[in-house]
Amino acid sequence: MIAEIGLAALWLAAALAVLQMVSGAFALRAAEGEVNPLAIYARPAAVVQAVLAVLAFIMLLWAFAITDLSIKLVASNSHSMKPMLFKLTGTWGNHEGSMLLWVGVLALSGGLLAGFEKRLPARTMGATLAVQGFVALGFYAFLLLSSNPFERLPVPAAEGTGLNPLLQDIGLAIHPPTLYAGYVGLSVAFSLAMGALLTNQVNPSFARVLRPWVLGAWVLLTFGITAGSYWAYYELGWGGWWFWDPVENASLMPWLAATALMHSVSVLAARDALRTWTIMLGVLAFSMSMLGTFLVRSGVLTSVHAFAVDPERGAFILGLLLLYIGGAFTIFALRAGAVSEGKRFAVTSREGALVFNNVMLSAILAIVLLGTLYPLLTEAFDVRVSVGPPYFNPAGAIFAVPMFLVMAVGPLLRWKEDKPKRLQFELMLIAALVIGTIALVSFFGQFPLLPLLGLGLAAALAVAAFLPLKGRKLSRVPVATWGMVLAHFGVAVSLFGMACEGAFSQERLAAVAPGGTEQVGDFSFTLESVTPVAGPNWTAIEARLAISKDGGEPVILAPQARNFWSPPMATSESALLTRWDGQLYAVVGNQAEDGRWQIRVWWKPFVTFIWYGGLLIALGGILAIAGRVKVDVKRRVASAKGAERRADIEALGAAAPVPAE
Amino acid sequence: MIRAAIALLLTLCALPALAQDSMPPAPFAYNQLDDPRLEAEATALMHTLRCLKCQSQSIADSDAPMAGDMRHQVRSRILAGESPDEIRRWLIARYGDYVSYEPEVSATTWPLFAGPLLLLLVVAGVLLRRLGKRRNDGGEAA
Repeated sequence: MIAEIGLAALWLAAALAVLQMVSGAFALRAAEGEVNPLAIYARPAAVVQAVLAVLAFIMLLWAFAITDLSIKLVASNSHSMKPMLFKLTGTWGNHEGSMLLWVGVLALSGGLLAGFEKRLPARTMGATLAVQGFVALGFYAFLLLSSNPFERLPVPAAEGTGLNPLLQDIGLAIHPPTLYAGYVGLSVAFSLAMGALLTNQVNPSFARVLRPWVLGAWVLLTFGITAGSYWAYYELGWGGWWFWDPVENASLMPWLAATALMHSVSVLAARDALRTWTIMLGVLAFSMSMLGTFLVRSGVLTSVHAFAVDPERGAFILGLLLLYIGGAFTIFALRAGAVSEGKRFAVTSREGALVFNNVMLSAILAIVLLGTLYPLLTEAFDVRVSVGPPYFNPAGAIFAVPMFLVMAVGPLLRWKEDKPKRLQFELMLIAALVIGTIALVSFFGQFPLLPLLGLGLAAALAVAAFLPLKGRKLSRVPVATWGMVLAHFGVAVSLFGMACEGAFSQERLAAVAPGGTEQVGDFSFTLESVTPVAGPNWTAIEARLAISKDGGEPVILAPQARNFWSPPMATSESALLTRWDGQLYAVVGNQAEDGRWQIRVWWKPFVTFIWYGGLLIALGGILAIAGRVKVDVKRRVASAKGAERRADIEALGAAAPVPAE
Repeated sequence: MIRAAIALLLTLCALPALAQDSMPPAPFAYNQLDDPRLEAEATALMHTLRCLKCQSQSIADSDAPMAGDMRHQVRSRILAGESPDEIRRWLIARYGDYVSYEPEVSATTWPLFAGPLLLLLVVAGVLLRRLGKRRNDGGEAA
């Protein structure tokens, strides 16, 4: 019954998406100030749809929890002997399940928008919900017609195939759900942007409605990417934390667009400038989310030819992609002329700096897009090329370096117009920090150019992040401003970690006999013993390494080489020693013929700062949301109180006081 | 020089073994070169070579037997005195452009380099148009 309930809920949700779409569209036909009688169904349809889609997801979760082997998806991706946590997370560790999660989050965010957003004019809200319903309908169709997660087997399987061991990790519980929530949260930004564009409501009050969605999605994306990077770092066993892999790029591209969008929305809310630019970024951000879903879900990455042989799913998503992105940009092209550009500003103003960095972010996005799609394009013509770090790093840096410099100065500038002379001291300080740090580091040795630049910029950004607080009373600084300071500081911290990892990492690969000692950086490690161990669904060889720094008290690290039996696969479980100033990363490999063991150890100074920075950035975003909500609640309470008082006065029969204006 | 010659000899001996995954890994697959300068050169090169059997990993990031063999090739050739560029060219001649993460300008890859240049021009254009002129508040709609 579980599967049937889930399937029925999905079909009902799809039907409600149609209702939401049609009813929302009728709102556009209402005259100003009136409500079309057919438009009242959009909101309830969105809310009920959210409930049904979430119910469908819970049903699948339940099926995985009890390992219902009569369901094809469970049989081919789960195993009765798997630990409970990995049974549950395995729900979205496969194509159908992850698409159901995607659609579930899409419906949930649509439902939240319909349920709680009361500030928008009825027509704009109707158009927004219609677009949201249209997007949801496409993905329901994809799920129901080409990747049904609830398909039954004619004969239940005796045992499941199991889950890829690389995915049997707490990372799978955190990384995909947050990333998907971020991806899909951008769908609301997209729908709102389209709604505002269609009803010509691109203005600051629309921006204030849009902002929490963009901020929320951006926080989740930031967190999801950070978690994914750390997961890849400790799970793959070679100490890399970013590979410019197309799957990673697929998550980075929406983040870049969302970062630009978030800043642009702030300008629109505060200054009523950058109207068309904000709408375009809103469309772009969700387009990148869908492109990412297409790249990861269509099989196009394994091989373009595999995609061509079994094109059903890929072609379906590609069709949706073209329909939505093409449609959105067509509407944008037709309507953008009707939206006025908004307030003007000078080059040296905060808006000017934000526009500059918006363009830089878009340029980096274009580089990543080109480097990701180009190999796929040539492969279709049977020419195989590889695009990797030697391309992305310098090409990205061309735009990232000026962006970081402007980012240091931008928050210090005044809105609308400012004189650079006013900031002479700050500009000198930032320049001195960049040049001074680079000179100091180069004095100690030869390092590659990019990490060196990274160190200089990180030092300058770390100080510059706090400069906006200069001369202000700290207790009166708004919470949202603290959010900005923290997020910008997080960028500096992360950049520092990346640069240190790139410039100062030390590596030691060696064949070690039990009892043997080797050296990496300031650390010496002794292989004490190698013993077999067993887990719930794996066996392993565990090495005990005694690590000591400068001959101090030794610490034991126990890396494992695991063998899973269903599906059969070998993985290496790295062991990490975290200190405040870096991480020691140890892996055990195979045994050589002479009985010695392959040990790999890295000392990576300040590598953890990469992810601390990511968390700080996300925390900054959360503070910004909290600050905005606080202000919003205060305003609502104040206006409610005012209305109450006026009502009281009216009830007393006294003449209403004339508002002083 | 003698060490280099021995290494080359070892490489030649190891070559027939490359075909079989069940063989123990080649000596330099999991061992570093003694000279830190040469090892740094080899590591930098290995990070820009693709493991042909993996999905988007360099040979410096992979446990696949083939990546191990390629690491061995890189290290032993560096030890024999070849330059990283020569080794890259040798590998490209054997495995095609696909093996190198560092695309070189050629008939098939020129858009990768033209792209950023074009982008620079577009970005400059956009910024000049948006920010070039000083405008007064309350100007006309574009």
